[in-house]
Amino acid sequence: MNILVVGLNHKTAPIEVREKIAFGGAKLEEAINALKKSDTVKENIILSTCNRVEIYAGVTDIGSGTESIKDFISGFHNVPRDLLDKSLYFHSGTDAIRHMYRVASSLDSMIVGEPQILGQLKDAYDEALKYKSTGVVLNKLMRKSVSVAKRIRTETKIAESAVSISFAAVELAKKIFDDLPTKSFMLLGAGEMAELAARNLINSGVRDVLITNRTIARAEELALEFHGKVVPFENFINELAHTDIVICSTGAPHYILSKDQVHRTMKERKQKPMFIIDISVPRNIDPQINDLDNVYLYDVDSLQGVVETNIQERAKEAEKAEQIVDEEIGAFLRWHASLAATPTVVALRNKAEEIRKAEFEKTIKKLGPMEEEKIKAIEYLTVSIVNKLIHPPTAALKSDNNDKEAMMDVIRKLFQLETEKGKDE
Amino acid sequence: MLLFELALTFYFIATISGVIEIFRGKKDTSKVSLYLSIIGFAFHTANIIVRYIEGGHIPITSMHEAASFFSWCVLILFYIHEFKYKLGLLSSFILPIVFLLMFSSSIFPREIKVLSPVLQSYWFGIHTILAFLGDAAFAMACGIGVMYLIQERNVKSKHLSMLFQKLPSLQILDEINYHLITMGFPLLTLAMITGVVWANSAWGTYWRWDPKEVWSLITWIIYALVLHLRLTVGWRGKKAAILSIVGFAFVILTFFGVALILKGKHVFM
Repeated sequence: MNILVVGLNHKTAPIEVREKIAFGGAKLEEAINALKKSDTVKENIILSTCNRVEIYAGVTDIGSGTESIKDFISGFHNVPRDLLDKSLYFHSGTDAIRHMYRVASSLDSMIVGEPQILGQLKDAYDEALKYKSTGVVLNKLMRKSVSVAKRIRTETKIAESAVSISFAAVELAKKIFDDLPTKSFMLLGAGEMAELAARNLINSGVRDVLITNRTIARAEELALEFHGKVVPFENFINELAHTDIVICSTGAPHYILSKDQVHRTMKERKQKPMFIIDISVPRNIDPQINDLDNVYLYDVDSLQGVVETNIQERAKEAEKAEQIVDEEIGAFLRWHASLAATPTVVALRNKAEEIRKAEFEKTIKKLGPMEEEKIKAIEYLTVSIVNKLIHPPTAALKSDNNDKEAMMDVIRKLFQLETEKGKDE
Repeated sequence: MLLFELALTFYFIATISGVIEIFRGKKDTSKVSLYLSIIGFAFHTANIIVRYIEGGHIPITSMHEAASFFSWCVLILFYIHEFKYKLGLLSSFILPIVFLLMFSSSIFPREIKVLSPVLQSYWFGIHTILAFLGDAAFAMACGIGVMYLIQERNVKSKHLSMLFQKLPSLQILDEINYHLITMGFPLLTLAMITGVVWANSAWGTYWRWDPKEVWSLITWIIYALVLHLRLTVGWRGKKAAILSIVGFAFVILTFFGVALILKGKHVFM
């Protein structure tokens, strides 16, 4: 059995292609079952996320397996093969194992270290289990991938620190304020990124939410979503005296908050700290406000700076993770090789048993009628001779050994097991 | 005394490992410095008990004993805060203060003195314990003030290092700093009141403009200002942190400087 990965991801295919071959919802069940019927593809798991579509397979032959999976994708989604061939990659053997480990531990993700992919992979596996499309090899590989991903998460800092602007804002808020749930928050304007940051803040426990926007209808819409209170745009400065966190993203072409205004606000709030995030471009909040005591102002660039430091940090950790992947590949290969040796061991046993039985019967016939006890003794003799003879070679085949391939070859030749070969290659 | 040397040695190693922890690029803070300090603290406590038994009074009648007892009080407050708040890197900023106090203690002569008759009063215990606990609270406030300033600088400068991840939030540092000063200030006030009452019963005058008295008054005024400014105009955060460091500088000056350079009744030697 050979391991094979055929698929595409955000690096090899644009969204237009990815969306065409996504296996969503009911399509997934259909696809798994269709693929199960294939002669070459013995096991399959289909992973379909917004950034990647991949089929993990156990196949009898790499070449024909790859072709039949490619044909399957093309046929199933009715997408021409030549369009697919440009985007599809395939890995087999060690590379396939490495690929699966890297996907599971989020080393292959658009944002390295993002945690969702492991869950998505587990879901894909659950689907495969539901429709019984996996066997010994993929089951083992899947379990191993999950444990490798977990090992990487605990032994490296790959998933630590925020790598998106909206999460960086929350991370900062937690270092300025100790208890976010007691803090109040104002969303000023309604840019997409600001909304995302607002959602993250609310997920971190901020409950007291104020929303203001030039178009009141939009403000009301957001207030409903965030369980917040609408503040008229003209009044927002008055509300700042009891607002701890401000996220600003209006379309205004100028500053809507000056240093003087914030200076007055800070006096009014007796210098209680304030965290202001200005996501608007052009900026809406006077950058000099950061010079005031107890006011912390971050704009898009400074948040981006934070994110970049974190990304560099992750890149360093990713190197350590790759080493772990390499180590773990060895472990899987040893297991897989022991699996490959099993047919040879069985063939050797069968052959020996065949010879023993034939010779034993021949001898019994020659010797003529005999007491049951003596026949038993002779049979016992043959069995123990055979067992003692084949024990060392079978033990060697089952053990961890580097030149197992060569050994299997030699044993097949010596014992003329040739006929069995090819069947399991 | 061997117990003292052992305590000093453990505080030294604990301080070094605490300082290393500041620069170590790991997010999880190790507790090694805390545990080392606890071993040191055990020897230190034994040392104080031995001296108490031998001298028959709280061992604070020489510079050696006073500085040692001071650092012991700081540690008690440190452990209370460490276990209550579990602030990242607290030991890295408090243990150096503890060690320096202990180190200065080691410089002074160590013989146990007989308590002079004028000090043999129940006021002696009350007055000194109040003063030492107040000073210990100010020492903690100073260490936490330094932590605040570093973290504030991290957030303001927008350069978020690993140290940023490890240090606690600005709010909690500011709150604990404030709470330590609200604890230290009444202790200092009470120490001064008991001192005045005791002075009257011992020498017949309440206030004699002894250098220690003058400098204590200055220290008291500084901390009174810290609290006043915070409550009226909101001098919190950075300003409060700086003031708590300045205040502690005066505490140290009063503690060592006045006793060593300007002689007065509080001079033990």
